[in-house]
Amino acid sequence: MDNAQLLISGLANGCVYGLIALGFVLIYKATEAVNFAQGDFMMLGAFVTIGLTNTEYMGLPFWLALPISLGIMGALGYLLDRLIIRRIFGESQTAVVILTIALGFVIRFAAGLIWGHEPQTLQNPLAGKEVRFGGLVLGMEDVAVIVVTILLTWGLYVFFSRTKLGLAMQGASQNQLAAYYMGIPVKRVQGFIWALAGVVAGIAGILFAAKGSVDPTTGLLGIKAFAAAVIGGFGSLPGALAGGLIVGVIEPFASRYIAAGYSQIAPYALLLVVLIFRPNGLFSQVRIKKV
Amino acid sequence: MTEPILTIRNVESFYGPIMAIRGVSLDVHVGQIVSILGANGAGKTTLLKTVSGVMDPEKGKIIFDDQEIQGLEPHKVVQKGIVHVPEGREVFPLMTVDENLSLGAYTSSNKGQIDHDRDLVFSYFPILKDRRMQEAGTLSGGQQQMLAIGRGLMASPKIMLLDEPSLGLSPLLVQEIFGILKRLNTEQNMTMMLVEQNANAALDLARHGYVMEVGRIVMDGAADILMQSDDIQNFYLGVQEEGARENRRWKRKKTWR
Repeated sequence: MDNAQLLISGLANGCVYGLIALGFVLIYKATEAVNFAQGDFMMLGAFVTIGLTNTEYMGLPFWLALPISLGIMGALGYLLDRLIIRRIFGESQTAVVILTIALGFVIRFAAGLIWGHEPQTLQNPLAGKEVRFGGLVLGMEDVAVIVVTILLTWGLYVFFSRTKLGLAMQGASQNQLAAYYMGIPVKRVQGFIWALAGVVAGIAGILFAAKGSVDPTTGLLGIKAFAAAVIGGFGSLPGALAGGLIVGVIEPFASRYIAAGYSQIAPYALLLVVLIFRPNGLFSQVRIKKV
Repeated sequence: MTEPILTIRNVESFYGPIMAIRGVSLDVHVGQIVSILGANGAGKTTLLKTVSGVMDPEKGKIIFDDQEIQGLEPHKVVQKGIVHVPEGREVFPLMTVDENLSLGAYTSSNKGQIDHDRDLVFSYFPILKDRRMQEAGTLSGGQQQMLAIGRGLMASPKIMLLDEPSLGLSPLLVQEIFGILKRLNTEQNMTMMLVEQNANAALDLARHGYVMEVGRIVMDGAADILMQSDDIQNFYLGVQEEGARENRRWKRKKTWR
């Protein structure tokens, strides 16, 4: 019974990691750049929503604040690409990496300035409620996180496999040159992908803030999500989610069964093992190109 | 003769400081197949890329359907009816054949036209219909080339730019694909601009041919006349002269030098 409880809370955490990892992979696949500010984006999404809903700030109704903050996050992602990332297009990968790390710092301090450095929780209609399921007592937030992640995954799947824009995004990430030849406006599509990554980060942030507290340094969680993305196989969307879930589930079990000092390194130890035995990740989509 | 649908005048394109095309002019008429021959590095691919907007010319004009299109973004060029089937196929490897074809029709939103084009593609390349749900990366080289051409057709183009469709294929497959191109030209009145190293196949297919060398057009003429020319026979078709031995003591010079 205890184990089941651990599993559920681990899965809920893992969903948040998975969603951040998804953001990493979305941008990596489309632009071959790694956005190390993805974790801070998640944090920003949480704070934007807190700023809109919590009574000490604007106090908007929760369900109204949701679409607004996701809209803001999408717009921020798009503008980030449009105004900053696209300027250094063609520079080395390192330039993009350093730029996004720096952006992470900027976002962290800006959030601290606006909302303060104290941990805060998102006031939401689900807070404090419980679901009893068999002998399990589950936090409503944990259940909501898992349900939302499943819905979002399904939604993204439909979007990428059925809609024209989704297919174009896939195409632009698989073969950029061919996408140009097909008349796909690649740069605009990449902008949309940044926007989508912003929205996904926003959702992750809202879920995270609903089940625990956030402060401006929460974005450092991005490192863990990055490990999750690598475990899953950088470049595979289902892999990113699975990697997130694996990391999320390992954590509570490690802290329960392994001595306190060692439990925290469990996800990274797993990362090392995966990198040694399956360097492309567990769910990689690497294929050799035919000539 | 009719007005040309595609006119290229004095186009110059650069890769950084290197001039890859040094003032090329040519015409393509509706329903014609025009071949551009030349060795590696002659600037053939660059010329196609310049027409399709992937590269911008430094100088010169490209007129398509009475509109100047030089320097336009590639997706605008596709919308005007020019589709580029790139060298090396460049399919979307992790997407199915069907999805690849759908992306070929990205610039069109006319459902009926798209369905019609898809049927057309399947009628010319029945193998693609059998492999509809297969990932394009798992197709053989010849099938990928067919997919690349089919994907190009999905944009219902007025002209197709074909870059080395014979690359890396067996002679039998080259024959098959060129046969299909010929049928597309006669049955659908598809205009084509074909870049090739396989001079024999290209001149066989084309009505008119141009020969490019180091960024310039050095020769042009009707395909059957080019086919007979000594220079083409020697340098592109590999016909060996028999006869007097002293002819072979020097490396033959091309007459256009």
